[in-house]
Amino acid sequence: MFMEDHIIRVEHLTKKFGSFTANDDLSFYVKKGEIFGFLGANGAGKTTAIRILCGLLMPTSGKIEVAGFDVSRQSNKVKRNIGYMSQKFSLYEDLTVKENFRFYGGIYGMKSKDIRKKTQHYLHKLGLEKEKNSVISSLPLGWKQKLAFSVAIMHEPSIIFLDEPTGGVDPITRRQFWEMIYEAAESGITVFVTTHYMDEAEYCQRVSIMVDGRIEALDTPDNLKEQFKADLMEDVFIKLARGT
Amino acid sequence: MKSASVVIENLSKSYKKVEAIRDISFTVDKGEIFGCIGPDGAGKTSLIRILVTLLLPDKGTASVEGLDVVKDFKKIRRIIGYMPGRFSLYQDLSVEENLKFFASSFNTTIEENYYLIEDIYKQIEPFKKRLAGRLSGGMKQKLALSCALIHKPDVLFLDEPTTGVDAVSRKEFWAMLKRLKDWGITILVSTPYMDEAAMCDRVALMQDGNIMSIDSPEGIIQSHGRPLASIRTSDMFRLVEDLRSLPACHSAYRFGASIHFTPTSGSLEENLLKEALLEKGHENIEIETIRPGIEDCFMELMTGA
Repeated sequence: MFMEDHIIRVEHLTKKFGSFTANDDLSFYVKKGEIFGFLGANGAGKTTAIRILCGLLMPTSGKIEVAGFDVSRQSNKVKRNIGYMSQKFSLYEDLTVKENFRFYGGIYGMKSKDIRKKTQHYLHKLGLEKEKNSVISSLPLGWKQKLAFSVAIMHEPSIIFLDEPTGGVDPITRRQFWEMIYEAAESGITVFVTTHYMDEAEYCQRVSIMVDGRIEALDTPDNLKEQFKADLMEDVFIKLARGT
Repeated sequence: MKSASVVIENLSKSYKKVEAIRDISFTVDKGEIFGCIGPDGAGKTSLIRILVTLLLPDKGTASVEGLDVVKDFKKIRRIIGYMPGRFSLYQDLSVEENLKFFASSFNTTIEENYYLIEDIYKQIEPFKKRLAGRLSGGMKQKLALSCALIHKPDVLFLDEPTTGVDAVSRKEFWAMLKRLKDWGITILVSTPYMDEAAMCDRVALMQDGNIMSIDSPEGIIQSHGRPLASIRTSDMFRLVEDLRSLPACHSAYRFGASIHFTPTSGSLEENLLKEALLEKGHENIEIETIRPGIEDCFMELMTGA
């Protein structure tokens, strides 16, 4: 069956490093505009899978399509159509806010006029117009994360990959950040997100849980809780991760 | 009677323009697990670095087991264990070599205090010949804790030991700390995860270099001061905005699968709330008055300030 609205399609993805299997026969899809939670214990193979989906690492075997392109043969087209943000790799600390927009817009081949428009749009939205010439390192972490997210979607990618985007921020900023994620999803951007906060798993439309290189569960949070007879996603996660 | 292990009085520390710690005071009792809870930038790491004598305070005093952190720094270093936020063991030494190194630095042996680390070290002992740099995140954490304990410290300082660690490993780590408490070790631990407050005897909720509240987890929950409702409807996306538009709304935030709502007044009128939501076109409305958690309290303190 051909599914038009599957923006990520993974069939039998396997990745080996020598004798170690990091991803063991993964098959799943992500729908266009969906907020998809990608969970797993440390070392379960999430980072490897994300790197493959972003076209940064070749799979050992399997057929993987992202935004309509094959990650093995068309990795440059994949990269052009996605955005990526992580807690560790986001903005250049020694550049100003404006310079970061300019730099990333340039990387994605945007026109100067469009970069200016987008910069203004996001600074206005975040109420940070006054900070446009501030160096990133001088800003609070919560602002940096909101800016990093804006920079990651300024080229209007069809998918944004968020790798633990909310680590370390206060509980209010963490929720404001999720409101930005919802807004992006409403505008049609597909959101692929990892997190260690299990309450955030509840904010996703569907969630997959990886254990030892395999996807052991994939469904809506409500269905997963029912399936594992748990009140919270945290309990589902612990049951699965401890079960091995 | 309780006696004090760590005493902090009017402590301040600034880095150029940034005030990392602003005039904070508190006491940690002997044998208790004390948690410093707050986001990045709250001042947790600066505080711990002052207490383990790696950083000088600008103002105020602090002591550990009666020893002054400035004058008696050499003595303090002998009686404390410290696990920094970043993995700081020797990556090019094996698991066993790291542990031996730390034991011999303190003139002791692994055998002498093995009982203290047995529970933890047992789990990584099968890999004792492996280089520390090649361990997984969870195993590094266990090795770092073993190394911080091998000289049988009186006080253990742990700076964000569970950051970036998955929910299962976090649970296991706290179970290990509970067992250490039984040996009489005082533990001061920092964390950005609000739910971990429940594992501590007492906690300090920190934000921007200030302490917003210090109490037992139960005491903090008791002092929340507002009724709290957990609300669900068929349209969760719209619900937050609709609740915030109500005149009776003090706060509305997502908490997992539901929204936590506090009213401006001291009482929560479930019926009126339900009517208002029906009027805005919500269906399958579920409203339940619940006890606040530490995270609710933290957010209430943040917005109240």
